[in-house]
Amino acid sequence: MNDSEKQAAIEDYNLPDDTGHFGPYGGVFVAESLMESIEELNNAYKKYMQDPLFLKELDADLQNYVGRPSPVYHAERLSVENGGAQIYLKREDLNHTGAHKINNTIGQALLAKRMGKTRIIAETGAGQHGVATATVAARLGLECVVYMGAEDIQRQAPNVYRMKLLGAEVVSVTSGSQTLKDALNEAMRDWVTNIDTTYYIIGTVAGPHPYPAMVRDFQTIIGREGRQQMLDKTGHLPDALVACVGGGSNAIGLFYPFIGDKSVDIYGVEAAGLGIETGQHSAPLAAGRPGVLHGNRTYIMADDNGSIIETHSISAGLDYPGVGPEHSWLKDIGRANYVGIKDDEALDAFHTLTMVEGIIPALESSHAVAYALKLAKTMDKDQTILVNLSGRGDKDIFTIAKLEGIEL
Amino acid sequence: MSRLEICFNELKAKGQKALVPFVTAGDPSGSFTLSCMHAMVKAGANVIELGVPFSDPMADGQVIQRASERALDAGMTLVGVLNIVKSFRKTDQKTPIVLMGYLNPIEFMGYEAFASEAEIAGVDGVLTVDIPPEESKELTQAYKAHGIAPIFLLSPTSTVERIKKVANVAEGYIYYVSLKGVTGSANLELSEINEKVSIIKQHTNIPVAIGFGVKTADIASDIAKIGDAVVVGSALINCITDHDGTSKAEQAVFDLLNSMRLAMDANATK
Repeated sequence: MNDSEKQAAIEDYNLPDDTGHFGPYGGVFVAESLMESIEELNNAYKKYMQDPLFLKELDADLQNYVGRPSPVYHAERLSVENGGAQIYLKREDLNHTGAHKINNTIGQALLAKRMGKTRIIAETGAGQHGVATATVAARLGLECVVYMGAEDIQRQAPNVYRMKLLGAEVVSVTSGSQTLKDALNEAMRDWVTNIDTTYYIIGTVAGPHPYPAMVRDFQTIIGREGRQQMLDKTGHLPDALVACVGGGSNAIGLFYPFIGDKSVDIYGVEAAGLGIETGQHSAPLAAGRPGVLHGNRTYIMADDNGSIIETHSISAGLDYPGVGPEHSWLKDIGRANYVGIKDDEALDAFHTLTMVEGIIPALESSHAVAYALKLAKTMDKDQTILVNLSGRGDKDIFTIAKLEGIEL
Repeated sequence: MSRLEICFNELKAKGQKALVPFVTAGDPSGSFTLSCMHAMVKAGANVIELGVPFSDPMADGQVIQRASERALDAGMTLVGVLNIVKSFRKTDQKTPIVLMGYLNPIEFMGYEAFASEAEIAGVDGVLTVDIPPEESKELTQAYKAHGIAPIFLLSPTSTVERIKKVANVAEGYIYYVSLKGVTGSANLELSEINEKVSIIKQHTNIPVAIGFGVKTADIASDIAKIGDAVVVGSALINCITDHDGTSKAEQAVFDLLNSMRLAMDANATK
C-alpha cells in the first residue's frame, strides 16, 4: 500500500465490512458444518447490539458484577523514576476475575442465553478466559466446558482449580502442541458436534466473523472509558497507547475508540520470547506472514509448507501463533505500530511495577509495561502514555517463583 | 470430459455407486501411500481422496488428526503430496484423485501456482475443508482455469439457501457430511441422510458423495443406496495404524475396501 492509500484507509475507518473483512484479513474460513451456526450468531449479535434492553442488562452487569468503570491510575512514582512521559494505567486488573476477559464473556454469555443455548464452551491458554467464562456460566446457570492444552494445564494449575470450583469441566487437550491453538481446535470440534445446544465463547478477537468484531465491541468499553478518563484527568488525549497483543482483545478494546484520533500513537506489544532472531517467540505481526488459521485470514506463524509452528512466550496468554485480523489490517495501513518485548524484559517490568507502585501485573500486561517504560524515555515529561494493565499477576507468581528457583 | 465425469458416468451405466477411500498422504510414509493407492484401486475404489496433512485440522476427529501428525513428522508437504500423485499417474491414468485438506498450505503456495502444479501432477479435484463458497471465488477460478473440480461440503445444518450456494460453484461431486460432528464420529441416521440428500439432489445434477462415519461394509451398503458415492476414511486409517503401516496394513485396507465394494455391488444386482 502507498501512503495515500493508507491515509484513505484510516480516514473512513469502519470495519469489518458486511462480509466480515478488514481489508484482506478476517472473513469466515470454516467448514460448512459451522456456517449456519455462524450465520445464526451473526444475526443475533447484530440484533441484540441494537436492543436497548440487552444493552441495559449488559451495562448493569458491567457496573455491578464486573465493577466497572475500572480506574485510570497515574503511576507517578514509576514515571518519575523512569524519566520521560507520564505513565497512566488502565486498571483492567481490578475487574472481577482479575482481567479484561470478563468484559467479553459476560457479553457473549448474555447473548447465548438470549439465543436459547444451555451449554457454554471455551478455549483457554493462561486460564484467564476460562475462569472468566466459568464465572459467568456459574452466574447464569449454564453448563460449561473449557478446553485447555495439557501443557498449559501444567503451567496454570491455580486457574484450572478455579474453573473447577466454579463448576466447569476442564478438558485436557493432548493434540498438536498441547497449547492454546490446539484448545481452540478442540473447542471448534465440540461446537460442530453439539451445535444445537452449545454456544462457543471465543476469548479473543480471532476466529471467524463475527467473533473478531463482536469481541472487539464488548472490549471497547476499555478504550471508551479510558478516553474520557484521560480527558477528565489531564484535559487532553494521551499521546500514546500501549497494550500487549496475543490474540489482541485487550489491545483492540483500548485502541479502537482512538483510531480516528490522529494525535494518538498506538503501540501493540507482541511477545518476542527469547528474541525474534531465535525463532522462539509469539510475534506473528513482527515475524510471520498472512495466512489462514482458526477461521480467519491474518498474520500467522507457520513453516514454508503452511503448517503452524510452535510459539514461545513466558506468558501463556500471549503464546499464540495468530493474531486478531483487525491488528493485521491496522499494521498494514500503518495506524498501529507493533513491537516486541522479550521474556526477560517483561520480567523486569513485572518486578519494577510491583516494587515501585505496589501493583502486581500479569505477565501478559508486563509486556505492555516494559514497552511503555522504553517509550516514555523518548518522550517529554509533559506527555502521557495510557497503558492497558489488562490483568493482575497473582496467577503468575508460581511461574515467576519457579524461574527464580524459589519453591512456594 | 474430466476423469471424474467419465468415472461417474461409467458407474451409472453399470448401476453401481462410487467407492471413495480417503487416506492421509504420507501416513506413515509417501511410499506406503503410493503403494496403498494402487491396492485400493484393485480392491474396487473408483476415486481416491488424498488427505494433505495440516498441523491444525479443525474439522477432523482423533484418527485423522493423528494421521496428519504422523505424516507431518515424516516430512510430508503439499509438494510431496503432488509428487505422490505424479508417481501414481505413471501407471494409472484413469482413477480420479481428489486432494482434501485445509486452506493454509494452499495460501502459502499461492492459488495459481497450486492449481497449475496440481493440474500437471494429475489431480482431478480439490476439497478445501475451511473455505466455504463465500470466500472461494478467487480459488475456484484458479481451479476451473486448470481443469480441476472445486469440491465442496454440505452438512445436516445446511439450509436450502446454502445448498443453492454450493450447487452454484461445485464441480465433480458434492461431499455430504452425514452427521453433526467431526470425521470418524458415531452413529448415522439413515432416514435423515436420505431426506437431506433428496433435497440436495433437487438443486444439483452433479453426484453426491456421502462420508463421515462409514466404518463397515454394511454401512457402506446402506449409504450407497442413498448417495452416488461412499467415502470411507477413518476406518481405513485405523487399518493402517493397527498394522504400523506394513504390508499387512495394505492388506487390511484392501480387505475392508473390498468387503465394502462387494456389499455395495450386491445392492446394484438386487
